Amino acid sequence: MGLLNLAIESIFIQNILLSLFLGMCSYLAQSKKMESAKGLGMAVIMVLTIATPLNWLIRRFLLQPGALGWTGVEALGSLDLSFLTFICFIAVIASLVQIVEMVVDRFFPVLYNSLGIFLPLITVNCAILGASLFMVERQYSLVESVVYGTSSGVGWALAIMSLAAIRKKIRYSNVPEGLRGLGMAFIITGLMAIGFLCFSGITLGN
Amino acid sequence: MAKLRKIVTDPLSDNNPVTWQVLGVCSALAVTTQVSTALVMSIALTVVLCGSNVVISLLRNMIPGKIRMIVELCVIATLVILADQVLRAFVYDISKQLSVFVGLIITNCIVMGRAEAYALQNPPFKSFLDAIGNGLGYSVILIAVAAFRELLGSGSLLGIQILSPEWYEGNTLMLLPPGAFVIIGLLIWFQRTLISKTLREED
Repeated sequence: MGLLNLAIESIFIQNILLSLFLGMCSYLAQSKKMESAKGLGMAVIMVLTIATPLNWLIRRFLLQPGALGWTGVEALGSLDLSFLTFICFIAVIASLVQIVEMVVDRFFPVLYNSLGIFLPLITVNCAILGASLFMVERQYSLVESVVYGTSSGVGWALAIMSLAAIRKKIRYSNVPEGLRGLGMAFIITGLMAIGFLCFSGITLGN
Repeated sequence: MAKLRKIVTDPLSDNNPVTWQVLGVCSALAVTTQVSTALVMSIALTVVLCGSNVVISLLRNMIPGKIRMIVELCVIATLVILADQVLRAFVYDISKQLSVFVGLIITNCIVMGRAEAYALQNPPFKSFLDAIGNGLGYSVILIAVAAFRELLGSGSLLGIQILSPEWYEGNTLMLLPPGAFVIIGLLIWFQRTLISKTLREED
């Protein structure tokens, strides 16, 4: 499948939030204000773009069956460390987020002021780990994993920013008492997901 | 004794982790197209939660404050790997259907949240009860959503046909993502107005 198709598919058709339900917690918690939705969206795009290919490399050269063959040591060549996938991925993500935070703080102070507080939240955003695990399951190549990471992030940012915009308007509406806040956010998300379903009619050429 | 019981029963309705605290909804939605997957997921999460709460509570005086998140993640990730391996060994088909979502228990906010908020301050036994309570609270919501979706979507429960296809045509929307969002929204509405006595202000 072409890279453009992959991008379109992971932004619209298989939107990481609206059809795979990843990253819901921060999506619901941070969508009350447009500003924070935008900041978090950007941070997620950035971390996903770096984390997915990084985990691809880790998987390819350390974890998958026979991955240690490049060391030339025979005993390592037949080793299968894939059971360590989860713990390695989460460790990579946690440390990556720390490093990104420090780099941004040092070199892009303006960006840090708008993204800074959101970066630590990202470690526990299931979208990041989820994208890495899907990348393994679907056996993407390195280039595909970069595209997949970025476009999943774009899809996530799109979803959270739309929800923030809708929630801003809904504040002036008369929502039933028990449905206010969280309940309404879910129903809006449901409607948005129905909207995104229409993209699934697109057939992508090979 | 009553106090201990409250630790278990509180998260079931009044302080439910999913509907009140918005924790762990990611997986609550993805695995609920069938009751059987929801059931397996609930058991896996409850076991991991109990394990992580007890371990972290035992270690609570040894973990330095600054790196506590990393330590918690390591404990949780190890337990999730164990759970994943067990599922693959014994219920391979269901673990294939759950695909990446078992791994995502690591980032499930309930596990992390209870470790941070409860296990770090409380002795092991109380943390264990807290884990059971929150695990059950999560399971109740998960199974309720799954029951709705499977019944309305394919007319069956746990794979047994209940609504005969002769007069009931499955509503595919229920099996698609939007159905999950709307059902959980309505469930929250139901719970907030009928079950919980005190309405908390939000937004």
